[in-house]
Amino acid sequence: MDYFIELFLSGLTRSSIYALIALGYTMVYGIIGLINFAHGEIYMIGAFTALIVSTVLAIYGFPFFAIVALTVLAAIIWSSAYGYTVEKIAYKPLRNAPRLSPLISAIGMSIFLQNYVLLAQTSDFLPFPALIPEFQFMEPYAHIIGSSDLVILLTTITVMVLLTLLIKYTKTGQAMRATSQDKKMAMLVGINVDKIIGITFIIGSALAAIGGVLIASHIGQINFYIGFIAGIKAFTAAVLGGIGSIPGAFLGSLILGLTESFATGYVSSDYEDVFAFSLLVLILIFRPAGLLGKSSIEKV
Amino acid sequence: MKIWAKTLSGKKSNMELLLEINSLTMDFGGIRALDHLDMQIAKGKIVALIGPNGAGKTTFFNCLTGIYTPSGGELILHTRDQVVQKLNGLKPNQVTKRGLARTFQNIRLFPSMTVLENVMIGHHCRTKAGVLGAVFRGKKTRYEEARIINQSYEILENVGLSSFVNEFAKNLPYGAQRRLEIARALATDPQLLLLDEPAAGMNPQETDELNELILKIRDQGLSIMLIEHDMRLVMSLSEYIFVMDYGKKIAEGAPEKIQNNPAVIKAYLGEDIEDVT
Repeated sequence: MDYFIELFLSGLTRSSIYALIALGYTMVYGIIGLINFAHGEIYMIGAFTALIVSTVLAIYGFPFFAIVALTVLAAIIWSSAYGYTVEKIAYKPLRNAPRLSPLISAIGMSIFLQNYVLLAQTSDFLPFPALIPEFQFMEPYAHIIGSSDLVILLTTITVMVLLTLLIKYTKTGQAMRATSQDKKMAMLVGINVDKIIGITFIIGSALAAIGGVLIASHIGQINFYIGFIAGIKAFTAAVLGGIGSIPGAFLGSLILGLTESFATGYVSSDYEDVFAFSLLVLILIFRPAGLLGKSSIEKV
Repeated sequence: MKIWAKTLSGKKSNMELLLEINSLTMDFGGIRALDHLDMQIAKGKIVALIGPNGAGKTTFFNCLTGIYTPSGGELILHTRDQVVQKLNGLKPNQVTKRGLARTFQNIRLFPSMTVLENVMIGHHCRTKAGVLGAVFRGKKTRYEEARIINQSYEILENVGLSSFVNEFAKNLPYGAQRRLEIARALATDPQLLLLDEPAAGMNPQETDELNELILKIRDQGLSIMLIEHDMRLVMSLSEYIFVMDYGKKIAEGAPEKIQNNPAVIKAYLGEDIEDVT
């Protein structure tokens, strides 16, 4: 039973990370109908920023909590700046182009950012400092759940609640929903659509940065390629849940994370992807729009 | 801007001018959809724009509201505070901010938002709170939100939708959806309301209600320009009519004059039937 709970909890940790990244995919898709393939790279840049900032701060002898706070903040700001800039450079000029063009542009951006980090940093795995401490009060449960798992889980739940509130109750959230439902009409009621799209990219990138810092600290090493793998998985989770739907991103991530965890635990870690993607295929056969996605019926 | 204000104030003596359209032209490739249109729209009037299908009426609205950028000509708005502004080249949200609002021929509500939200969103361009304000919810933001909600209720009551407040827009009956579109446009606090075939698909009773609503809006001091094919509605409502055909203005004047204008009859009915009517 303990083993089951352990697998379940580690599955939840995975799910949380997927969810933090999947949200960025799903929000951008919801608002401009684009699959932002460069999103995984934003996550990777968040992790690299965190590594650089935390190392520098440690050299200058900052206290631990200051390092953690400043590192997370720096990663969020830097990643958001990247996400925002990517949108302005690679997607905005193609706003009225056929849908395939921004998609190609996104793939190009992804390759560019990967290679840019590869050249500017290194191709080796770099050790990442443990930014999440081992809590004293967690010691009795350490065999089931680690401190970093707990932090990741709580962070994701907090983010989920805040994001839902933002979208449901604030003026910006309202404008985001309006923009995703009818962009031209949103403009005509006076919404600055470009600004709203920019904000969406910033929020998505900030979430990816948080995910990047958390997972890097959890695993303990990073390289320029982590964004690609994590991005593909999170994208899968978003599609599974119904891309464009925010609750869908959470549900998809949860299912994907748990499946992988149980497959690893009870079968073999070699089979984790086999199970995850078989599940994806199965769900898409029966619900092509994903679990919570709306199948759009074109009215004639 | 200043220079404009001066030159225009010289000839403004005859009436209170709201919108001046000078030689407006719109080309799509080789097709001239609007051909040197000249119009003057007075403040506080109901003006109709009629013409056969494909005459360029909706294109005209699209140019006016910033969806298309006109190929030539000028759109000049006289705002409430006596400032003269050029509208061409502005983005739709900027045009809305300057006081033009519109509805569409085919209804374009935000289907998965409630009736109240649809109206609240119209207030967007008139509020100041930014993203940070929304996140931290200071006193000002909360006050502003309360005010928006109150105003939205007021508008909904005005158009007779107060019983639907928390319904999703897509679940409303057809006539109510049309009125909601008008309510949302009103929420942007416009000077000029552009209605693109507001009575399309309505039954006679709904049309009568619409008629009343438009008059009510006019009496609150707004100017209204409508595109409409329902001639009974056009003739009973409008104080001035512009007629278009093939992108050109072929006639303008009071309803009685337009009804008997040979050019208009020709455009609608064809060449030979002229004598019959």
